[in-house]
Amino acid sequence: MTTLRTMDDSDAPAALERRWWSRVPLHAVLVIVSLIWLVPTIALLVSSFRPASDVNTSGWWNAFQLPFGFTIDNYADVLSSNNVGQSFLNSLFISIPATVIPIMVAAFAAYAFAWMEFPGRNALFILVVALLVVPLQSALIPVLQLTTTVGLTGTFPAVWLAHTGFGLPFAIFLLRNFFGALPKEMFESAYLDGASPTTAFFRLVLPLSVPAIASLVIFQFMWVWNDLLVALILVGGFPKVAPLTVTIANMAGTLGQSWHLLTAAAFVSMVLPLIVFFSLQRYFVRGILGGSIKG
Amino acid sequence: MDFGIAILAVIVVVGVPSITVLYALATERVLQLVPVRRRAGLRPWLWLLPGFAFLIVFLVYPTVYTIVLSLMDRRSKSFVGFDNFLELFGQDKFWQAIGNSALWLVFFTGITLAFGLLIAVLTDRVRYETAVKALVFIPMAVSFVAAGVIWNFMYAFNPEIGTVNAATVALGGEPQPWLFEWPRNTFMLIIVGIWMWVGFAMVILSAGLKGISAELLEAARIDGATEIQVFRRIILPLLAPTIAVVGTTIVIVALKTFDIVYVMTGGQFDTQVIGTLFYQERFTNRDAGTAAAVAVLLLLTIIPVMIVNIRRQQAQEATR
Repeated sequence: MTTLRTMDDSDAPAALERRWWSRVPLHAVLVIVSLIWLVPTIALLVSSFRPASDVNTSGWWNAFQLPFGFTIDNYADVLSSNNVGQSFLNSLFISIPATVIPIMVAAFAAYAFAWMEFPGRNALFILVVALLVVPLQSALIPVLQLTTTVGLTGTFPAVWLAHTGFGLPFAIFLLRNFFGALPKEMFESAYLDGASPTTAFFRLVLPLSVPAIASLVIFQFMWVWNDLLVALILVGGFPKVAPLTVTIANMAGTLGQSWHLLTAAAFVSMVLPLIVFFSLQRYFVRGILGGSIKG
Repeated sequence: MDFGIAILAVIVVVGVPSITVLYALATERVLQLVPVRRRAGLRPWLWLLPGFAFLIVFLVYPTVYTIVLSLMDRRSKSFVGFDNFLELFGQDKFWQAIGNSALWLVFFTGITLAFGLLIAVLTDRVRYETAVKALVFIPMAVSFVAAGVIWNFMYAFNPEIGTVNAATVALGGEPQPWLFEWPRNTFMLIIVGIWMWVGFAMVILSAGLKGISAELLEAARIDGATEIQVFRRIILPLLAPTIAVVGTTIVIVALKTFDIVYVMTGGQFDTQVIGTLFYQERFTNRDAGTAAAVAVLLLLTIIPVMIVNIRRQQAQEATR
């Protein structure tokens, strides 16, 4: 648009200067916001690498004075005791199936919703949309009774199945919108060539939907990895299968002031989500957008 | 033990995905067994079956059953009508939880939206936009549990440990026990929620903002509109639908709040919210009836949002 401003060339430098000054508050606000958002995480990270005696006697901001006294003892400590190492594995064993199952199952349903005709299609999809916001709390007591009845309480499958149920509405919703936007002609020519709907699903729909599926994978993985409530209720009393969130919540209750251990344990739980986030940020954001704005 | 882990890893990484794929392949085999003219009618139901089985077993049936349980006694043995609800309404701790949830609803939702919008609008004007947005978004990737640890550490009383009290002392104040006095402690917990969720609001609002035509904004500026006028008269009205979408999502998060309170105060010092009251009733007091009643009340408060979502979906369907 600068080309439109040729009439008053003499004013241009003055305007530019005014702009530069007027932008100082803008930069100041953004720098302050960035600091506020970053400081809590930095405090945690720095403290997790300081010796216990330092953490409990001087602020983390003192850690940058010479001589540096950083250590990885806290990590060695929490990983070998306090069940943190085992819980890390448990979190993985919970999160992987609890991500794969709902997405596959949702993809089947989304495929039917997007490309098959059947009576009640609209009504059933509205049910899915309604279930999107049902709070976990209103389903958990009967789910716990159910898993207890069939002997699954305290096992991984209980958490897999529950997370599948709870994650499905969002997954179906997101995938159905994405599948529905695929070109119709593609299916017609595939069927003309004699492909079955199953072939079309595996050879066309899934490969073309990799971006949507990727964002969903990340979203569901993060949600399950970070979940506390479902795990607490279904496997909370079973340290051998409890995920990191449950273990750390317990530590926060019992080791309240052992900051060197708590910060290290918390950071262990954050490593994987942060790696996923930084390497796949684009997909994560797309998943959020796809779920909220028209897909 | 290691052997067990190896078997588990195989089940987890290979077994589970294979089962789902096998199911899809099996559908066509099943369809071979029925007459050709029936196949097209039957096929969608086979594809829907696993999904709806899960939805019914883990969401529909439990929600309905929770409503039934809310009308039964603490051991779910006999029908007690609305006694659980009446009992709740007569208890201070219930109104405490409702009051705190209302604070969450108003302040968490309002401030998260306002901050998300502010950061989205401000970062839109600078070249280091991506960096600021990534920083603000990081807490979204962290669990509420980790966030609880992070902020308990921030709020620690000793100004030699807690960053917030260190700052307070540096500014000439007295160190404060931030999490012990109501209502201050609830606001301190709400800050943690805001810290986590502003990134979510920002990302969506920012995407909405990019959808507003730059020419339109520039035209208004050339016509002499101030930045504030541009924001109020153009950006805000055009973003309204997006703000509504983000707002409804955050309202749900506010109503369902559980983890932050559970980890940081355990609901003590009058910080209880509906989500933690539910847990306390079920697992500390072992009262399934009252816990279910709390869950039903939570569900009732969420129904308006559900209706809004369904309307929105139908409107989108009409334009498809």
